[in-house]
Amino acid sequence: MPAKGWIEVNEKYCKGCELCIPACPQDVLAIDQQTITSKGYHPVNLTGPGCTGCAICAVVCPDAALTVYREAKVKKTQSVASPA
Amino acid sequence: MVSETNNATLVYERPESLTEMPTFYCPGCTHGTAHRLVAEVLDEMGIRETTIGVAPVGCSVFAYNYFNHDYVEAAHGRAPAMATGIKRVLPKKMVYTYQGDGDLASIGMGEIMHAAARGENITVIYLNNAIYGMTGGQMSPTTLPNMKTTSTPLGRDVEVAGYPIRMAEIISNLDAVSYVVRRSLHNPANIRKTKKAVKTAFQTQASGMGFSMVEILSSCPTNWKLSPSKSLEFIEEQMIPVYPIADFKVNPEIKNIKG
Repeated sequence: MPAKGWIEVNEKYCKGCELCIPACPQDVLAIDQQTITSKGYHPVNLTGPGCTGCAICAVVCPDAALTVYREAKVKKTQSVASPA
Repeated sequence: MVSETNNATLVYERPESLTEMPTFYCPGCTHGTAHRLVAEVLDEMGIRETTIGVAPVGCSVFAYNYFNHDYVEAAHGRAPAMATGIKRVLPKKMVYTYQGDGDLASIGMGEIMHAAARGENITVIYLNNAIYGMTGGQMSPTTLPNMKTTSTPLGRDVEVAGYPIRMAEIISNLDAVSYVVRRSLHNPANIRKTKKAVKTAFQTQASGMGFSMVEILSSCPTNWKLSPSKSLEFIEEQMIPVYPIADFKVNPEIKNIKG
């Protein structure tokens, strides 16, 4: 089962440049036409399930507007070996 | 950077070395990406509080507002000269300049050449977007042949305006430099490679090995008159054939400091 993740878009920084949309391997990002940021841009948002938290959107984002999370169950930070 | 909070793993967040100020760059401008990479490297190396940046003149003139560490503003093109002075007075500080092609390859040609020739122990982050972005898209020394700009509306005629200047190749021919590479920001893989090169450049300075420079191919969607995505394609298809991505000079001792 693929890892589950999600992103948070900081509307203070997002300029709707759309660079993250073609970069997303899961194709779950789109411009939110219903929202206008304080600078007057339509920000990007998650369109549905499927995000794996791969953070490629954050790698291409020129404005560091994205915070990426992943479910901890799937990705462990330290190798906490569970007893067999 | 990975840490756990309430069943969620934080994979990526805005680096601490960037301030909370949104940039004034156009949407999709990869200046922001380059800023982010420098900030991430400073965070990873834990040197944010001992780093001094030197801002250029150009689109990135307000870099001192965006980076959350000490910054000074240099006269147009004079960032390497200013960085030389700062580094010589404060040798324990990390000193870097952040310059564009109009700043470094045109008016600042004298300063960059001599700073490199002296092997000053500074790092230069050089963004090449082949155009003067801030002043309205005029031809810069690195504009591609036949590329249309506001000052070459019929395309850069090499008979009249000369050929593009490949700074990384020129600088790499100087004896005193330690690390000169060219990278690009046109896709995620190359962005990651750029970050690695920026880190190596800072490590070169930290171990006192002398001058390091990373030339980064960057986009200018507004003045190229392309969408942000098309601009990245322009880098890949038009700029990289003229400005190949390569390591031009790597001091063999740099291998020992990695790891």
